[in-house]
Amino acid sequence: MHAIKTTNLTKRYKSLTAVDNLNLEIQKGELFSLLGVNGAGKTTTIKMLTCLTNPSEGDALVGGYSIVKQAEQVKPLIGVSPQETAVAPNLSAKENLELICGIHGFSKQKTMQKINELSMQFDLEAVLQKKAGKLSGGFKRRVSIAMALISEPQILFLDEPTLGLDVIAKHELWNIIRSLKGNATIILTTHYMEEAEKLSDRIGIMKNGLLLAVGTAEELKEKAGTDDFETAFVSIVKEATL
Amino acid sequence: MKPFAKRCIKEILRDPLNLAFGLGFPLILLLLLSAIQANIPVSLFEINTLTPGITIFGLSFITLFSATLVSKDRESAFLQRLYTTPLTGLDFILGYMLPIVPIALGQTIICYLFAIPMGMTIGINIIYAIIGIIPMAIFNIALGILCGSIFSVKQVGGICGALLTNLSAWLSGVWFDLDLVGGFFKKIANLLPFVHAVEMERALCNGNFEAAASHLLPIVLYSVFTTVIAVLCFLGQIKKQ
Repeated sequence: MHAIKTTNLTKRYKSLTAVDNLNLEIQKGELFSLLGVNGAGKTTTIKMLTCLTNPSEGDALVGGYSIVKQAEQVKPLIGVSPQETAVAPNLSAKENLELICGIHGFSKQKTMQKINELSMQFDLEAVLQKKAGKLSGGFKRRVSIAMALISEPQILFLDEPTLGLDVIAKHELWNIIRSLKGNATIILTTHYMEEAEKLSDRIGIMKNGLLLAVGTAEELKEKAGTDDFETAFVSIVKEATL
Repeated sequence: MKPFAKRCIKEILRDPLNLAFGLGFPLILLLLLSAIQANIPVSLFEINTLTPGITIFGLSFITLFSATLVSKDRESAFLQRLYTTPLTGLDFILGYMLPIVPIALGQTIICYLFAIPMGMTIGINIIYAIIGIIPMAIFNIALGILCGSIFSVKQVGGICGALLTNLSAWLSGVWFDLDLVGGFFKKIANLLPFVHAVEMERALCNGNFEAAASHLLPIVLYSVFTTVIAVLCFLGQIKKQ
């Protein structure tokens, strides 16, 4: 069954077409990466799928609901960790988690249980009482993803989750993302080849708003006739330019 | 809405700059101008006249707080995250506005409490003056949400932090009698809510309720109009995401 199905999904900003006729199907439980250089249309795609912005044309079904006509039904199904670290800086990590629990109407008991569970999963125990604004980039990102998981979403959107992180923090976050696989459908945007190759079940390569190719890392390498994923990506993107 | 409102109150009260400007600055002005009054007596700076004016001037910092909070949330993508939750537009507006009203009241109460040992007349009228500040506080909060929905954090600092505080100072009749300038300047001041708010607070402190009532209408009109525009602008920027 499809977790997401887009039909001719298009977003235009005046003369710029940020996403152009996107037709994509993502299966339930899959970790799907949208890979592309800056300005490829990855974040705009995520913004449309999370009902943050309306498409100019086309539609998408998220969990079976239309993002255009049934946004209120879509919102309870999704969790989003935006590209920039979206935490309340003067609140502690724990208070940030409590805030999202409160927004979703959790009882005190369920809030405590959820915070314990997520702080263990994301190794946050040591920083729970610290102000989120004072945490390192890696911990801020962990808190941000934990916040996205509070509502136990069927579909989790991670927009450039490791952007700007050092190598250790990046690998730690990759382990966390791997551990989430299977619990929810994960849509991840990235411009790091290694990240897409190591984490994803399937990868969609985007450029200038167009989806150029979709497949597993192996399929994309095979398509480009190379053993190296980075070379395959460059080859697919360059081929589309010619 | 309640968890979001709680979060907003914590964000504001935990910022030391907010406390320094919101509370410290009006109290320093109260001390400074009273010291001037002690040496060179000016009727405008008598504590019973000065304190109501300072409470209204202090509200311009409330505009700065709310504007900074909204624009910071927009810039940090924090709001983007919350837009994907079941919170509605009304939850956001009330979540920003309601927790700032008690902060504005707290600021006003502290100003009056500070003024009492300096000679402010104690009486029930102070309570009326504290309650009477609510419409102007709503205007200032709505103006902050409006600015925060349109401008960046940096722009908010300039517009609300410098421009608005100066406007509310010059056009409110707190620092100088508007009759001294008169003419066009006085006409402009009378078209804006600041001078009406100061006059209303002074009238309430003196127990002159008839005079206070005559200033209420322009303040309420400004509050309603600014709130409507702020709501439209805030909801508009959600759609622009």
